[in-house]
Amino acid sequence: MTARINRHPGLNLGDMHEEANNASESLVFGFWVFMMSDLITFALLFATYVVMLGGMAGGPGPHELFEIKSAFLETMLLLASSFTFGMASLSLKYGRTKGRLLGWLVLTLALGLTFVGLELHDFHLMAAKDGVPSRSGFLSAFYALVSLHGLHVTGACLWLLTLLGQIAVHGLDTGVKTGLLRLGILWHFLDIVWIGIFSVVYLGGLV
Amino acid sequence: MTRQDLSEQQKSERSSELRSYVIGYVLALILTLTPFAIVAWSDLTPVTQWSVIGACALIQVVVHFRFFLHVSLARQKREDLHLILFTTLILVIMVGGTLWIILNLYTRMMPSMLPW
Repeated sequence: MTARINRHPGLNLGDMHEEANNASESLVFGFWVFMMSDLITFALLFATYVVMLGGMAGGPGPHELFEIKSAFLETMLLLASSFTFGMASLSLKYGRTKGRLLGWLVLTLALGLTFVGLELHDFHLMAAKDGVPSRSGFLSAFYALVSLHGLHVTGACLWLLTLLGQIAVHGLDTGVKTGLLRLGILWHFLDIVWIGIFSVVYLGGLV
Repeated sequence: MTRQDLSEQQKSERSSELRSYVIGYVLALILTLTPFAIVAWSDLTPVTQWSVIGACALIQVVVHFRFFLHVSLARQKREDLHLILFTTLILVIMVGGTLWIILNLYTRMMPSMLPW
């Protein structure tokens, strides 16, 4: 068996998809550059959050606002969706028909949308306890960080919907395949950012 | 898609990649359940809990990079590795510098803003 060479981060399509595999090298590298710049944005929002932790201004703090159960559910949803997207990538690479790929993608989309819904529900409960962005520096920093991540997940869900539409119209052509590769990187990346959020924001705050 | 069957090599490649995702998922589950369980049920001191949470998070980030994003030190193309290492450098300078300067300022000027 010859040694596999990874041309880019994420699952490599390999020789079975020669055209898409050749096209993906520069496309995925470019997307990876964007992902790393996004990582810096998130890291600075994390730094801002830690700096603002003391700035409650007499408003509600982590113990009043955060629920460990819903943070745990959201974590499980996102982790499961990362795994199902991995399964979708494998179906794309090795599958003979589209059926299994579509199944995994729809499951991933459902998990992603449930995550966003649960997060909005959380924000709603927080707002009822006076936990709104304008209440204190701590809450402004919290919403800047966590809802930026939520917006990213929403964007990724929209992108996934678009790709499902493209599969329906064009079938699995090179553009769709490279699109799925890049969305996969975004999806796994968002799960990595969420590790930081549940560790620093939710668990760190509830200790 | 063509109807051709997978060759032996493709089959073994497929099973090793599948194994990678499953191992990653199991490790990530363990590294998620541990800190949640500690915060929910244990009565360890806060410093111990924060240390466990931080350690699990760091390991889990590495697990995700390795098993989900297939980024490892060995087989990478040089540019990818350079990009990741450079981003980490920028990140450490900016985040570390921010925390150092602002928390130092709090200590000297407004101790009430310190998060501990």
